[in-house]
Amino acid sequence: MTDIAQPSTHAAAPVTPRRRSALQKLVQNQSLWRGILAIIVFLILWEIGARWDEWFGREWMIPGVGLIPPPTDVAAAWVEVLPKPGYWESWYSSFKRVLSGFLMAMLLGIPFGLMLAVNKYFRDVFFPPFEILRPIPPLAWVPASLIFWPTNEMSIAFITFLGAFFTIVINVLGGARNIDVRYLRAAQSMGASQWDLFSKIILPGTLPSIFTGAAVGMGITWEVVLAAEMISGGGTQGGGGLGFFIWNSYMGGSLEQIVVGMISVGIAGYLCSTAIRMIGDWYMPWKRLH
Amino acid sequence: MTAQKNRGALSIRNVTKIYDPEGVNVMAVDNCSMEIAAGEVCMIVGPSGCGKTTLLNAIAGFHSITHGEILLDGEMLCGPGKPKADMGAERMVVFQHGALFPWKTLAENVAYGPIVQGVLPKKQALEKAREMLAEAGIGNVLDKYPGEVSSGMSRRAEIVRALINDPKVLLLDEPYRAMDALTKSIMHESLLETYDRTKVTIFFITHDLEEAIFLGDKVHVVTTRPCQLKKTVEVNIPRPRSYETQSSEEFRILMEEVNEAVHEEAIKAFQAGERELA
Repeated sequence: MTDIAQPSTHAAAPVTPRRRSALQKLVQNQSLWRGILAIIVFLILWEIGARWDEWFGREWMIPGVGLIPPPTDVAAAWVEVLPKPGYWESWYSSFKRVLSGFLMAMLLGIPFGLMLAVNKYFRDVFFPPFEILRPIPPLAWVPASLIFWPTNEMSIAFITFLGAFFTIVINVLGGARNIDVRYLRAAQSMGASQWDLFSKIILPGTLPSIFTGAAVGMGITWEVVLAAEMISGGGTQGGGGLGFFIWNSYMGGSLEQIVVGMISVGIAGYLCSTAIRMIGDWYMPWKRLH
Repeated sequence: MTAQKNRGALSIRNVTKIYDPEGVNVMAVDNCSMEIAAGEVCMIVGPSGCGKTTLLNAIAGFHSITHGEILLDGEMLCGPGKPKADMGAERMVVFQHGALFPWKTLAENVAYGPIVQGVLPKKQALEKAREMLAEAGIGNVLDKYPGEVSSGMSRRAEIVRALINDPKVLLLDEPYRAMDALTKSIMHESLLETYDRTKVTIFFITHDLEEAIFLGDKVHVVTTRPCQLKKTVEVNIPRPRSYETQSSEEFRILMEEVNEAVHEEAIKAFQAGERELA
């Protein structure tokens, strides 16, 4: 008995893969280092391009490039605005607008898209007007909403909402309609009720499209908020947001601050899309594997 | 899973199915009749796109039929006055490309039927699912998602997902089509083992003649579109069968018999050059 058991337990001895610490993983993450290197190289090229005429004289100037402030100047301007509350208020105002418009669009867009997908009567009635309104760019709504809504803030929120709403609805609708009929048939054969079908098949089957819609919608929201802030002038006392910050820097003739505002928007958008990606990964564990 | 007796007898009587996409009538099944006894493994062999799947869809309740009737244990599933059968757990389908829900783990997939039917509370359903998956030899990947396991494992899990509902008939639509020969042979042995345990009636569509003879009690060769029964070959090789069966003399003779019937139809289908029906 023991004679037989021994070799088998020996063979089954677990081979534990060597675990790497978080720090080791970070150090060995080649993609990360390549990304960092790429940004550094980009900054160096930018610096060289921007200082070209300064170093080599006007006759060697690369057309256009010489007018852009070099990153070192931008960094200096950034350090200057960092302690100012107005700069952070701009972040706060823009974020508030983006998030409120975006969340409203998700809250209304997901159920609306799902209703369009599952109910033929609902689709017959609501899809045609939706399709006529959808191609109107959010910015075309600016004058009308400035007239319709009592405050500037409300019209910005409304335009922001529109920007994300149509994208989210279209993605949800497409995702829900494209669920493989085999899943629906399998579930129905196993005795799923209409509600089971909706909550356990259609909803999880649509999740990937919901997150795609959210990611695209978030991008559009930032575009719209920035444009709306520039057009409306954003009121006063720093409540203007990052769009107004850029516009104000332009009016004040500070090239460096314009670029500071632009990069701030880039970082803000990056933070938002990263958040959406992380939430998506958390909600869809089966998607993480690939 | 208890061995079943006298349940799962299918009668397909004079079934005709005409598809009518935009007024162009396409006859997929023409006056097709077959009797499948309770607990029989019935293999349907025919050229691509001949309407075999249409027949399966009619039994499962996915599509309507135009004429004729289908009965399960003497009860009409569909027929005059009721062109489309209700979908139900007594007729479980295993699909051509697999239809495990990608957003559920294998165990959750298997437990789905008992949960939505309210047969078992969630916890017990999952427990039973785990047991049955372990019994089918895939106890080590219970908590993986279908996207993480091989096609062989997911297909096996799908059969378990069907069996947990204690179906009268298992409808398989070329479940092993895309698999390599080695995986296929393992799948066959596992299906035979499952069958010997449950004696569930199996309605199995395939192109693969060896598969048909190796697994089946009867092989029904059907014609190219429109689908009609051309020939029925009885497979009298005793069970349990093992892989060596395939090299026996009687197996070879049966192969020749089936091959002859199928080949004629394959040539007709090829010459017709028609597109496959869904």
